[in-house]
Amino acid sequence: MFKLKCDDFLTYDEATGTYSVSPDQQVRDEVERTRWKDIGFKILADWRLYLMLVPMLVVYLLWRYAPMYELVGVFKDYNTSNTASPIDGYWIGFKNFIDVFTYGSYAGEFWMAFRNTFILAFYGLLFGFPFPIILALFFNEIRSNIVRSIVQVCVYLPKFMSIVVITTLAIALFGGSTQYGVLSQLLINICGENSSIAAAAKNGLVYSTRYFRAIYIMTDLWEHAGYDSIVFFAAIIAVSPTSYEAAQIDGAGKMAQMRYVVIPSILSTVVIMLIMKIGSLLNVSYEKIFLFVNSGGTSSAYQPNYESALVVSVWANSQSNTAIAMAGEMTNNLIGMILVIGANIVSRKATNVSLY
Amino acid sequence: MKRRMEISELIFKIVAYIFLIVFALMCVYPFLYAIGSAFSSQAANEAGKVVLWPVEATGEAFLWVLTRGDFWTSYANTLFTTFIGTIWSLFYSILGAYALSKKRIMGRRGWNFFLVFTMWFTAGVVATYLNYQATGEVFAALFAGSTNMFDVDLKWLVVIAMGMNATNIILLRNAFEGVPAEIEEAARIDGATEMQVLTKVYLPMSKATIATVALFFGISRWNGYFWAMKVMGQQQKYSWPVQVYIRDFINHYTNFITTYDPQGDFAWEYGEETSRNGVVYSMVICSVIPILVVYPFIQKYFAKGVNMGGVKE
Repeated sequence: MFKLKCDDFLTYDEATGTYSVSPDQQVRDEVERTRWKDIGFKILADWRLYLMLVPMLVVYLLWRYAPMYELVGVFKDYNTSNTASPIDGYWIGFKNFIDVFTYGSYAGEFWMAFRNTFILAFYGLLFGFPFPIILALFFNEIRSNIVRSIVQVCVYLPKFMSIVVITTLAIALFGGSTQYGVLSQLLINICGENSSIAAAAKNGLVYSTRYFRAIYIMTDLWEHAGYDSIVFFAAIIAVSPTSYEAAQIDGAGKMAQMRYVVIPSILSTVVIMLIMKIGSLLNVSYEKIFLFVNSGGTSSAYQPNYESALVVSVWANSQSNTAIAMAGEMTNNLIGMILVIGANIVSRKATNVSLY
Repeated sequence: MKRRMEISELIFKIVAYIFLIVFALMCVYPFLYAIGSAFSSQAANEAGKVVLWPVEATGEAFLWVLTRGDFWTSYANTLFTTFIGTIWSLFYSILGAYALSKKRIMGRRGWNFFLVFTMWFTAGVVATYLNYQATGEVFAALFAGSTNMFDVDLKWLVVIAMGMNATNIILLRNAFEGVPAEIEEAARIDGATEMQVLTKVYLPMSKATIATVALFFGISRWNGYFWAMKVMGQQQKYSWPVQVYIRDFINHYTNFITTYDPQGDFAWEYGEETSRNGVVYSMVICSVIPILVVYPFIQKYFAKGVNMGGVKE
């Protein structure tokens, strides 16, 4: 009903028998107006659909995008402006960033935290990524459905536990500040009284600089590996039985089938999960680190493991200068964002699989 | 067709079985340890004598937890945030995901980007805290007529402003996109409105995903610790969720984290026969039970519900 007929803005030239566009400005205006009218009516016809979008948009605007607006505070002076929120201060440009990167007391802790974030994230990827795939391959070997269900129920379970419960149990088993844990006793028995691990275990393995990373990675694997294997297992059982038969006829044994049938068919899933992992690389679980590093109780100091455990978000959380804290965190998150986009581009070029 | 098993296959099978069984035991052991410790005496707990079974068995600690009023207040708070929070999150996620799954919506790429961008870049802990503080102050101005955010019950802030998850919305969107268009057309010819199409066609056809997403939201609500602790602090103890309560108890009464010092920490007035560590484990057990009750019913949906393979725009 809003489409114009051709005749409305084309003029027919009788002599040559061809159409030409009318130069009339009025007609062009009419066309433009009608286009917007058209869009307006389309939206009106579907107004229920747009209304459905509204609650989600409001929630995300208020509590995901509004915090990004607070980040404007990183370009303001917080120390000397004496305002409640950094965003009301005076403009000082990039000075906060320069302070975080170079100024003595800030820079030391920030770069330590940044390095720790990176190392923990890297180890998390290195061990945490292949492990679920191996689990899924192993699940595939179990033919008995009952055994497999029981094992699956057990290994998915830790994923649903609260981070408070997990850290409490980790401290209980690996040893806290004054008590030995069962696992640290076991390690002392295995390695001997005089080994370096025994010395660390006496003060609690969780709170030793040297072994904290290992414990962080282990609890991470314990928590996520079983659950992460679901996606890969689903991809494996989706492999058509005819592929196995074809491989068998070609004389492939079980291991060859795994090498030439199973692994190629789950490769796209693996790539997608890898991109997602890299995407959240620098978002190391700050809740967990916070619970492992904070002394709690009446003391506000860090635990002795902070040299290898402090990550950027926890560092920022404890800073009194809000603008400096936000500058450090923003750097971390921007690098994280570049990593996701980079991983996506590389994967699109190399394997034609991309997430976004 | 019978065939002989190769040696390599046999070895692989044995390794797989042993590995999986050991890993499964490792996943369950900490919880069994918690149960054993909950019913052991303080002395046995502190000396690390408990391995699996209770040592010097006593039920005092568990009874103490059962009769502890403020623990159950925090428990009720968590039940409240989990229940109302999950419904609220599901409400806007399902509506939004439904709208995004429609090809005919204008600016579809833009809306999707709006959502996905929050997965790429977050403002960070500090900026988010400033935002929650401002939100709390707005709530206080609206509902209590004051400028102090502790005048309003911050449970509502936790329910409304926290627990967003873009991944869950994308899971729902993918599930809705997988519903055949013919069924929707048939419903429309029968005169269904937009809302009826959603509730009568889309929701029943993506039950598995909705169950999984509801579980994700519920679990993250139940387990939420950091933001509730950060926003409420020590000022509003009456709306603490149970996780914050447990951690605070550990901080003040046990030597899990720092050496227990009655001068600096809160003195333990309930006698040595009630084990402080046993109380912690008892609270942990109580806080885990609801998850264990719900989990088996939803577990069967996982493999179907978590289909990230089709994430695309």
